[in-house]
Amino acid sequence: MSELELVGIRKLYEGVSRPVIPDLALTIPSGQMAVLVGPSGCGKSTTLRMVAGLEEPTAGTIKIGKRDVTNLPPAERDIAMVVQSYALYPHMTVFENMAFGLRIKHLPEAEIRKRVTAAADNLGLTQYLERQPKALSGGQRQRVAIGRALVRAPKVFLFDEPLSNLDAKLRSDMRREIARIHQQSKTTSMYVTHDQIEAMTLADMIVVLKDGVIQQIGTPVDIYERPANRFVAGFFGTPSMNFLSADLTATGERQSARGAGFEIPLGHKFSGAPTLRPAKESVDRIVVGIRPERLSLVGNADDVALSGSVAMREVLGAEVVLHLESAAGPLTVRTDAGSAPRPGDTVQVWLDPKMVHVFDGATELRL
Amino acid sequence: MSTTRRGPNPALLVLTYVGLIVLCGIVLYPVMLVCKKAFEPGSQFALSASPVPTAVTLDHFRELFTTRGGGGELLFLRHAANSIVVALLTTVVGVSLSCTAAYALSRFKFPGRKTGLTMFLVVQMFPATLLLLPLYVILNKLGLLNSIAGLVLVYSTTAIPFCVWTLKGYFDSLPRELEEAARIDGASPWMIFRKIILPLSRPALSVTALFSFMTAWNEFIMASTFMTNQTKYTLPVLIQSSVTEFSADWGLFAAGAVVTSVPVMIAFYVLQKYLVGGLTAGAVKG
Repeated sequence: MSELELVGIRKLYEGVSRPVIPDLALTIPSGQMAVLVGPSGCGKSTTLRMVAGLEEPTAGTIKIGKRDVTNLPPAERDIAMVVQSYALYPHMTVFENMAFGLRIKHLPEAEIRKRVTAAADNLGLTQYLERQPKALSGGQRQRVAIGRALVRAPKVFLFDEPLSNLDAKLRSDMRREIARIHQQSKTTSMYVTHDQIEAMTLADMIVVLKDGVIQQIGTPVDIYERPANRFVAGFFGTPSMNFLSADLTATGERQSARGAGFEIPLGHKFSGAPTLRPAKESVDRIVVGIRPERLSLVGNADDVALSGSVAMREVLGAEVVLHLESAAGPLTVRTDAGSAPRPGDTVQVWLDPKMVHVFDGATELRL
Repeated sequence: MSTTRRGPNPALLVLTYVGLIVLCGIVLYPVMLVCKKAFEPGSQFALSASPVPTAVTLDHFRELFTTRGGGGELLFLRHAANSIVVALLTTVVGVSLSCTAAYALSRFKFPGRKTGLTMFLVVQMFPATLLLLPLYVILNKLGLLNSIAGLVLVYSTTAIPFCVWTLKGYFDSLPRELEEAARIDGASPWMIFRKIILPLSRPALSVTALFSFMTAWNEFIMASTFMTNQTKYTLPVLIQSSVTEFSADWGLFAAGAVVTSVPVMIAFYVLQKYLVGGLTAGAVKG
């Protein structure tokens, strides 16, 4: 059980003026799985590779279990890594693949056999131990890669988009498998993905990255329910959150967001917000966010109505996603399949003012 | 509903085969003429264009195998031994040096890397005869004229640039993720090279081994220049000596040529099973 700590990590590639990672600090508590998530090129894989020792940080310190490993080769860091492309040794059998690292450590043959057999049993690979990787399916190969990491009983597991090459069904199976293994081993893990479902389902903590800068660290519920800024709010959730530009108006104690065709009362939520001027007659630009599942075709007494015409209707089986054109801008609504209107229909959708997220129009930070 | 698969057009198929047979004939015809001469009585080349001998004899082979030198030794055996030693040593030296050099050039960054690669290409541009004089001087200074070691040195330096380029191209195509996985597993660079890279490089190693072997086995000009002592001759020099300015025994020449080509054919046969692709199948998701 070991904490993983990154302090002041900076990564600047040769010949490039802007660092991929300007200054990153992150601590993953012992036994937790942190999922690094963000769009392509945000520096999540680079961060993982620096922890693995495959890339050198330009500055900063990496500690595993309080031990500074920044300048140690990968083998001496006591880590194991599973990558998207499996990276199995093609000329070796499954057994040899899993035993390779243990043989290098000169473990007794009986111990190697015991560990490999146990891992194979755990991953349902026992019958494939004598096969070569080319005789396995994608899912089985990824299991071997996980097994190879597992047998080493490392202090830290590193996963670099391990499920990205698998089809939807296998991905969901393997996701559960990884969650189960993590529950069993409780090994500190860093998991990189751009898939928000993987992030939400696997993480003890999610780290959202953009341009090498951490946008938010939190539990999956935190990230979804209280996104720190507009980027995080838009990145999580399918379909993406609706954003409506508005003016913040204040009359006495009462604040509201007033935009094209709507006025949403905001209560006392923003009295201490640093970027807002004190309430009275002041006005500021804000962005109101509302998740598609929080928009309803049926309203309650305190709900605010928005009207728009249905441009597109996507049937997802039990649910339907409606794309509306409204005066406030495009709106996405997730609703029951049975009650969904048709393209061309003009509808009113309702939102509960307590369910909106408000972001500063300039800084895009949550207010 | 049934579907019928249409095969290739029969006329096109016949035409293709006829074309291939004609091409094979063009390639094999000179070889067949040499074989014909090896088994035909007499020392002169018949003017007939037919590749089939009018009569068959093994006299030329008998003469080839039983001719003795001044010291009473069997010349063919002596020269065949020289050729085998030179060719095998060239192969071992050439392949082992080029595969380590090619791996370093493929994977590591160091000063002079690009220049070195370019120089390897540049030296390939000079014809071997141009290098004869400087190589002669060098071997003379080193005291390696008339020695197997000298010839191995010359052949290896000739073969290495080609082998390095071939192997580097192959190493470049091997997925780096495998080496990274091995590094995390705790393997040293040498162990990665030996246990991961080399086993996956059998096709390229076979090609370079074959090239090195053939470079040394078939070479005539350098061997005849640097080996002036008859006991140090290699087979090509021995064969050529049967056709001189004053007399030409084409039957003996042809028999020597046929026998000399056998080891190369064996080498091809042995190595062909390694000349296959797909060794990295299953390693990484492509």
